[in-house]
Amino acid sequence: MRAGRRGEREGIGSKQMKCSGQTRSLGRKIAGIAVLLAGGLLAASLCFGAPTDPSQSTNIFQPLSTPAHSIFHLSMLVLAITGAIFAVVFSLLAYSVAKFRKRANDDGREPAQVYGSNQIELAWTVIPILIVLVLFLATARVIRSIQDAPQPPGAIEVTAIGHQFWWEFRYPALGVVTANELHVPVSNPANSAPTFLTLLSADTDHSFWVPRLAGKTDLIPNHPNRTWIDPQETGLYLGQCAQYCGVEHAKMLLRVYVDSPEQFKQWVEAQKRPAVGDDAVAEGRRIFETTACVNCHAISATIANGRFGPDLTHLMSRDTIASGIAPNNRENLRAWIQSPDSMKPGSLMPAMQLTDHDLDALTAYLVTLR
Amino acid sequence: MSSDTIALSTVGPDARPIGERLHDWIVTVDHKKLGIMYILYALFFFVVGGVEALIMRIQLIVPHNHFVSPEVFNRMMTMHGTTMIFFMVMPILFGFGTYLIPLMIGARDMAFPRLNAFGFWMTAFGGLLLYFSFIGGNGLYGAGTAPDVGWWAYAPLTSHAFSVGHSTDFWTLAVLATGIGSIGTGVNFIATILCMRCPGMTLGKMPLLAWLNLVVGGMVIFGISPLTAAQIMLCIDRYLGGHFFDTQAGGSAVLWMHFFWIFGHPEVYILVVPAFAFVSEIVPVFSRKPIFGYPIMVAATIAIGFISFSVWAHHMFTVGMNSNGNSFFVLTTVAIAVPTGIKIFNWLGTMWGGKISLRVPMLFCLGFLFQFLIAGLTGIMLGTAPFNWQLSGSYFVVAHFHYVIVGGIVFALFGAFYYWYPKMSGRMYSETLGKLHFWLFIIGFHLTFDFMHIPGILGMPRRIYTYEPGRGWENWNLIVTIGAFFQAAGVLVFVFNLLWSLWKGELAGNDPWDAWTLEWSTSSPPPDYDFAETPVVRSRRPLWDLKHPEDPDWKYE
Repeated sequence: MRAGRRGEREGIGSKQMKCSGQTRSLGRKIAGIAVLLAGGLLAASLCFGAPTDPSQSTNIFQPLSTPAHSIFHLSMLVLAITGAIFAVVFSLLAYSVAKFRKRANDDGREPAQVYGSNQIELAWTVIPILIVLVLFLATARVIRSIQDAPQPPGAIEVTAIGHQFWWEFRYPALGVVTANELHVPVSNPANSAPTFLTLLSADTDHSFWVPRLAGKTDLIPNHPNRTWIDPQETGLYLGQCAQYCGVEHAKMLLRVYVDSPEQFKQWVEAQKRPAVGDDAVAEGRRIFETTACVNCHAISATIANGRFGPDLTHLMSRDTIASGIAPNNRENLRAWIQSPDSMKPGSLMPAMQLTDHDLDALTAYLVTLR
Repeated sequence: MSSDTIALSTVGPDARPIGERLHDWIVTVDHKKLGIMYILYALFFFVVGGVEALIMRIQLIVPHNHFVSPEVFNRMMTMHGTTMIFFMVMPILFGFGTYLIPLMIGARDMAFPRLNAFGFWMTAFGGLLLYFSFIGGNGLYGAGTAPDVGWWAYAPLTSHAFSVGHSTDFWTLAVLATGIGSIGTGVNFIATILCMRCPGMTLGKMPLLAWLNLVVGGMVIFGISPLTAAQIMLCIDRYLGGHFFDTQAGGSAVLWMHFFWIFGHPEVYILVVPAFAFVSEIVPVFSRKPIFGYPIMVAATIAIGFISFSVWAHHMFTVGMNSNGNSFFVLTTVAIAVPTGIKIFNWLGTMWGGKISLRVPMLFCLGFLFQFLIAGLTGIMLGTAPFNWQLSGSYFVVAHFHYVIVGGIVFALFGAFYYWYPKMSGRMYSETLGKLHFWLFIIGFHLTFDFMHIPGILGMPRRIYTYEPGRGWENWNLIVTIGAFFQAAGVLVFVFNLLWSLWKGELAGNDPWDAWTLEWSTSSPPPDYDFAETPVVRSRRPLWDLKHPEDPDWKYE
């Protein structure tokens, strides 16, 4: 309706602008900044695998499980599309600033007054709509492939329960209960063994996130969720709680051990055995059973059957304590029992004010729980 | 335009005693004074919220740092978010709206001047209440603790079981009070824009700023109301034995999320649409061309207003909706890119073929365009649900929404500050200091928020007070913290420029930018009555018509 009306009258573009030296130098500057920026981001992306120890990586672009792979492929498509949009729009922006900058020898006349153009506006409405449709269809497909994947009969079932500030893992079919360190079998085309997790929360919201295995899914009280992984290589995969859950949200770390089928079988067998009862540490055991420890912790074949804290039946089969924040050894265990707050301020485990002697005896007992 | 009359100037030293002048400000219902009070109040909280951000950044500069305790960090993170959204960006945008809308539509005040004052004082009260928690959070005897539940305050963290003392109540009541003020302001914007326009100014001849604030008014009413309702429900839970969000008694944590985000996503547009409005006024003036495609700009804004109410659950992709629900919210979320894209293209169309003058307001608008483009694109990444399952709750999201709020909204705000400062104060700012501010801030911004995307991709969750070494996060966090200090330096230069120019700046005159909308036809600062004679307009650019009688706009619109 108004397409360039006054523009036509005044001869749009006719008196316009050869690229002067000044605009050219500005154009060069902008191009330089763009190259620098792109180079910086490229260098950054090359450093993505920066952790010196690859098992420490939590890079979402190093997927090793089907859901993480599907997401990775989708994200590459999305990055390509958004990258192309960026290139086009940024070029237009840089070009218009460089080309249409007011020059020093400006004649002081107003430029052609253009009000709009229906054709151009229609074009830049329709093209984005087409891009949106492509993105939506590609995304909906991946959503279905991940969320609606059927659970095969051989799948491992795990119930993960989020607590302030640790993880409880239960294997109902296998009769195993453990904490913070999830063991699952490797899954490959020859021997598919995915793990399906039911996600529950005992208190506040948490989120289960092991970036190299799958996207995150929240653990919400009164709202059971599901997720699944099928890790394709054995090894250790790190993650941590990704939904703010209180004071120690930062130290609610998560470790997933992907075992070979044999290792996994052995691990399950070991976990199913009752706790070791060693008479040499009977004193430590007595302290454990007569202190408030038993209200929160469980050790099979003893009177301890608390559910508030991690199950300690096979405490020493785990590599870390306090939800992954410290290596599991005698010194750390003793320091932890003596003062949980100094290792993890805000942890819900109280300091039991034990004497040094009792502490030593208790630690001696705990380190026998293999 | 028949009203060539330029209002009489009232600039001159005010001889009355200071107490009397202060009293004037306290009891005022004048939209210009209330606008300036909103802006100064918000600037104060901008500095406070900025200091909280710096405390967090110092804590995260190296892994396992002990600069602050986890409790303090969590309070800083909650207060920073709450302050910046509710007590910085919203009041400052309302301030500009309150100041500019009557001037730009040729009115002498808002439709409801007392409601206007009420809205400001409710917001002011809300901010003071929130910060009083530092003193009274545990009840006076227990000394203070600020709220530490995060600015979304997800249930059940806010229940008595997990949040003892009163810190959460301070948060709830502060947001509730501010929300009531905001709803009043939204009503006032709509009434003013619909009923107070000067003769000749049909809806189609309003400046875009008025159109966009009309949409904001509607969004405020429909967006803030569910938040206010949710705060009341939370109060009922905490004090009257309700169980809306009490999961231990069968309440629903997800219900709170729905309430919060059906406010929370429109809120993003409540904040960004006024920023669009500034850019839509500044870019034409500094390109010397009218806005490209005015009708489609209006249509796109209305489309954004509507669609923004259908996207909220994209904040909840990880909550466990079924695949149909997730797909629906992917569609609506990426669909909002269409009207937003139209806006970006139309701004480019406005600059195309113009004579772009790179004064400070325009520099900030160019920064806005560049950064908002990137923010939109990372928004598309986050809008595709599976990618979101990886990125949400990570530092990538933090980088994304700071790109929107700082890179987009705050840049547009700084542009607006420099553009309308001469009108509000009567004096020009220092161009040199303005450019120094721009460069410091844009360097700091990109150091901080460009590099903040990377730890997110490397698996670093947000809202953690410390992190483990060895995951490749250390260097990025160091750069991010360094950038934060550049930004702080930029803001100091900005504040200094505002104050210094108030005493030493050159007199601006009525129309320093050779601009086209009505506010530039009256004196700087405008008299109490805005216009001595009600203006009459015939086009969207009344001052263009006045300056170019041989070639007026109304012949072409």
